[in-house]
Amino acid sequence: MLGAIVKRLGQMLFVMFGISVLVFLIFFATPGADPAARIAGRNASPETLAAVRKDFGFDRPLPVQYALMMNRLFVTQDLTSFVNRGWKVVPAVIDVAPVTLSLVTGAAILWVIGGVAIGLLAAATRGSILDRTLMMLGLIGVSMPVYWLGEVMNLITQSRMHDSWLFAWVPQLGYKPLTSDPSGWFLTLVIPWITLATLYMGLYGRVLRANLVEAGQEDYIRTARAKGLSETRILVRHALRTSLITIVTLFGLDFGALVGGAALLTEVVFGLQGIGKLTYDALRSLDLPVIMATVMYASFFVVVANALVDLLYVVLDPRIRKA
Amino acid sequence: MTDQVASPANVASETPAASRPARGPWATALRKLRSDNAAMVALLIFLLIVALCLLAPFYAQYVAHNDPFRSNLSGKIMLAGKRVPVMESSTEGLGLGFTPIGPTWDITAYFLGADGQGRDVAARLLYGGRNSLVIAGVSTAMCLVLAAIVGLVAGFFGGIADWVLSRLLDVLWAFPVYLLAISLSIVLISHGIDIGPISINAGSLSLPIFIIGIIYVPYVARPIRGQVMALTQSEFVLAAIGLGVPNHRILFRDILPNVMTTLIVFVPLMMAINMLTESALSFLSIGVQPPDASWGTIIQDGQELLYTRPMVALAPGIAIVITVLALNILGDGVRDALDPRSKLRIRTA
Repeated sequence: MLGAIVKRLGQMLFVMFGISVLVFLIFFATPGADPAARIAGRNASPETLAAVRKDFGFDRPLPVQYALMMNRLFVTQDLTSFVNRGWKVVPAVIDVAPVTLSLVTGAAILWVIGGVAIGLLAAATRGSILDRTLMMLGLIGVSMPVYWLGEVMNLITQSRMHDSWLFAWVPQLGYKPLTSDPSGWFLTLVIPWITLATLYMGLYGRVLRANLVEAGQEDYIRTARAKGLSETRILVRHALRTSLITIVTLFGLDFGALVGGAALLTEVVFGLQGIGKLTYDALRSLDLPVIMATVMYASFFVVVANALVDLLYVVLDPRIRKA
Repeated sequence: MTDQVASPANVASETPAASRPARGPWATALRKLRSDNAAMVALLIFLLIVALCLLAPFYAQYVAHNDPFRSNLSGKIMLAGKRVPVMESSTEGLGLGFTPIGPTWDITAYFLGADGQGRDVAARLLYGGRNSLVIAGVSTAMCLVLAAIVGLVAGFFGGIADWVLSRLLDVLWAFPVYLLAISLSIVLISHGIDIGPISINAGSLSLPIFIIGIIYVPYVARPIRGQVMALTQSEFVLAAIGLGVPNHRILFRDILPNVMTTLIVFVPLMMAINMLTESALSFLSIGVQPPDASWGTIIQDGQELLYTRPMVALAPGIAIVITVLALNILGDGVRDALDPRSKLRIRTA
């Protein structure tokens, strides 16, 4: 088991290194334009350009440039934005991280519970109208652009039906810190959580149903049935337990896609000032140092989260411990 | 071609030639797909959307009589016998500014209303759909070709080639796709790309195609590589190697046809994912660049009009949902037909 853990951690470090090289190459070594001009942003003065060139070591070999960059991103953390002069990028990213974490954690809880419920319900009523409706709704959820769903939610809860009893409680868009205003934090995040979870609930429901149906063919389920156990007990205690391993794997993978993608779009639509919104604002002003920092930190976070999920997987599935 | 191809079933167990079904695996799959009503309806809807979008220039010129790429702030249209301005003076707040006309539900003029620049949303929807479909389609083709090459080379030759490609795939796989797409887009969007023979202008449609075509390669290449590795150990390939058949012939005649089913299963599903990715990038203003439109850019145009003229953002979103849903249903059908045990499962972003 220790071997598996060490191996996984080694792989994690390798992937982090690979990603940092890749990001570095994309931002600094893509042919087509002067990297200094990219970093300095639009309409930078010649003096700024010269300063950037010297600062980032663009006159030195690529490995040196890479080392300088990593040093500024992770050790000294003094990478600054040139669009907003002197603005330190790394502390800004760390400052807004709680917003993204609040969004993602809440949504994850919601979609795992919702997805498992949908999967169980559909598998238990296999072939019925309910099963087919749930699966179709799941597929629609997967097919919706998350930012568009967010806009529709906003249209309903902020404008068209805001005055009805149903959505009168929905506060203005924005984020309230958990520490200073817990109820405000919760209320402002409810609609974003639902929006983000909708996409994945459908996916998880579909995958879990397929898994449960497949498990239904297994010998151990037949044995359980022969013992005279109730169908509910078979489904929950026997079939679900093995299927959950798939869900855990999927969760690890999706979590990454989510932090990097869907959460970013959700933050933009709901005006939540998280890492995604920070990236979005930087995209609009072509503020490359900010984008580079957010991309690097967010992907590292994802890689670490994935490694943790895999370690959990080692604990959950005894077969992997042996391998 | 079916005669030459060892079907997947034959790889695992040597079926005597006499008991082999008369129909090849492709014909069987096609029959199965044709009997799948949901998949056929989805295909029909998808083709209908493609046809409608192809008719965009015709609609704009002969039906709606306007140029959906030029702003029209002072134009007037005939509506129920009255001349109505496209941009109405705002009645809300201080009465400053203008609100674009809402949906007229009149197919000949501003059927779905106007956007913030007085442009016909219905006509733009069709033009935008063309771009969204082209980007999704071409990037899917690019992704599958790249993934097939990587998967074949890594799986067949093994050794150092496999090691390098697999590590590269590991890194790309762990890199959240949207962050990768954002990094590539923001760097390339202002200056384009210029690597030797490949030269793409900034603002060209090829740029989002190129980016979306690259980012999902690991998701397809990994299963292909695994399949190729298994096939390379299979008896008919070992026999071919033993007979001294050259590598390229083994790759293209023996192995490629066997991973073809996998590639085809990926087509509709990857198109669905690519379409969502394109729309998200365009929504973030790093996909399709103005004056070109796509469904994603129209949703972005509609964002500031969301509470006054929601149709601008609603219509393209509905178009995306219908198209992607059709592709997903079709994809399920194709997978059931070609890969009955559902070995492949695709992550959606």
